[in-house]
Amino acid sequence: MTQPKRLGYSYRRHLGERFIEALLFLMAFVSVAITIAIVAMLVKESIVFFEHVPLWEFLTDTEWTPLFDNAHYGILPLISGTVVSSAVALLVAIPLGTITAIYLSEFAPFTVREMAKPFLELLGGVPTVVYGYFALLFVTPLLQKIFPELPGFSLLSAGLVMGIMIIPYVSSMAEDAMRAVPMHLREGSYAMGATRFQTAIRVVMPGAFSGIAAAYILGISRAVGETMVVAIAAGMQPNLTWNPMEPAATITAYIVQVSLGDLPHGSIGYQTIFAAGLTLLLLTLIFNIIGHVLRKRYREVY
Amino acid sequence: MKDKDLGEIRAIIARHKLWDLIFMIVGIFALMIAVLTFMALFAHMLIDGLPRLSWDFFTSFPSRRPGSAGILSAWVGTTLVMLVTAAAAVPMGIGAGVYLEEYASKNIITEIIEINVTNLAGVPSIIYGLLALSLFVHQFGFGQSILSAGLALALLILPVVIVATREAIRAIPVVIREGAYALGATKWQTVSDHLLPYSAAGILTGVIIGLARAIGETAPIITIGALTFIAFLPPSPVKAEFPFISFEWLMAPFTVMPIQMFNWVSRPEEAFQINAAAAGLVLVVMTLAMNAIAIYLRYRMRKNLKW
Repeated sequence: MTQPKRLGYSYRRHLGERFIEALLFLMAFVSVAITIAIVAMLVKESIVFFEHVPLWEFLTDTEWTPLFDNAHYGILPLISGTVVSSAVALLVAIPLGTITAIYLSEFAPFTVREMAKPFLELLGGVPTVVYGYFALLFVTPLLQKIFPELPGFSLLSAGLVMGIMIIPYVSSMAEDAMRAVPMHLREGSYAMGATRFQTAIRVVMPGAFSGIAAAYILGISRAVGETMVVAIAAGMQPNLTWNPMEPAATITAYIVQVSLGDLPHGSIGYQTIFAAGLTLLLLTLIFNIIGHVLRKRYREVY
Repeated sequence: MKDKDLGEIRAIIARHKLWDLIFMIVGIFALMIAVLTFMALFAHMLIDGLPRLSWDFFTSFPSRRPGSAGILSAWVGTTLVMLVTAAAAVPMGIGAGVYLEEYASKNIITEIIEINVTNLAGVPSIIYGLLALSLFVHQFGFGQSILSAGLALALLILPVVIVATREAIRAIPVVIREGAYALGATKWQTVSDHLLPYSAAGILTGVIIGLARAIGETAPIITIGALTFIAFLPPSPVKAEFPFISFEWLMAPFTVMPIQMFNWVSRPEEAFQINAAAAGLVLVVMTLAMNAIAIYLRYRMRKNLKW
């Protein structure tokens, strides 16, 4: 008895399946290729830069004037700008984000939460250039009424707006972590006579610690990598300062400033933005690793 | 109970209840700060920018005279860049998502890809700009073109599309797959005839959110060196003679909405800042509308979907 042909093993069909699987694998592998490309490109261009500028000078010189005749290549002023603006942003975003998350997760009635979550999500979608405009033309004049000596560009107003901008990211991630804490822990706490506030602080927050820490780390790496707000509102002059009332450039703002000009491909000025980019990537990488470790070490399994 | 009488206990309870109330007020206040800031931002732009919004604003090129400047080249540029971004990121993101969810076996390569997608989402957008500058603009020789910008933004939103695809496919119950396999369908037939159609709404939500983000991204496009003063349009994609379609526009210099706005914001003249407000208003309405559509789609989906 011969088998009907259409029920037999189809070689063509098998080959087609394998081909599709290989194609899909390639698409998935693109993300790895992107990472490799980012690292390879930054390292390649930075090597040329560091042949020109010793690493020691890059890390210790206190001036960053690569486009002047008397060029200095010290990354410290850009780091200080980045650290100060991010610190201001986090001083706003972490407390407000945490309080918002606790409120939404533990206190808010169902309808408030259902309304507030999509709204916060919408806020996260507003383009950063618009926040930059707001910082320069609304927040800075407002702050100048309180501190008359505040200059037109300042790390303070850029940082404040950046902080408000990242509240939604921090609060939504922290809230997800708190909601993942099982109900019976809360019920146990309530049964002991604890109020909602006590339960939130002493039961829910410790239980969700790893997720909340991850939310903070995400906030930090967003603040460090944020570009347009600082480029517009904090000025683009490298300035080694720890005072938020002064204007200063961040790493990202410097890259924008150079890109706006017309530097020839391959010049030392062109290479500086890749060295700055590599520094930025390493900074965010450090925070991501810290976040990963925190998550692993303090993860509560329910 | 011996040491403390009832009054003392009541006082303690009252104190903690007061704290509870105080925190609740603080919580509402914290929530309002984010919301009120956005309201202030929107109102400020509306007051400054709305009088500037007219038909001419959309059909004029940027100009040195603020009163007659418009956003024609900016919105055309944004549309074309988004076409490239969508054409690159959507198939690639869906393909990657399907692979990771349906095909990938649990091995080290899969794990590397998964960790990698999470990490890519945390890379600052300006780094993608540097990658595009080095790779697309100089290495591949695409120049400071629509193609380079579109591809840069595609890489940026790729993780968003991948994650949305995975979540949408994961939500489909396993009985659907088993049913298809029982009827002799191959893996790809199961994916293309069942899993992709059922997860289409979820994937679409992710794509819209990704594109809304790409529309507002400024930094990567500045980095590839997009010119800010463009008083012409890229060549038309439709031609009168055979073969009717032309891809010259891919290589054309361009500007986009956020770059145009940035350019106007950074000028000292107040008249240009009013233009910036108007451009910002268009940009915000566009991104908010896209995000709102996505959120609404997801809400509808959650409501209607019962397996």
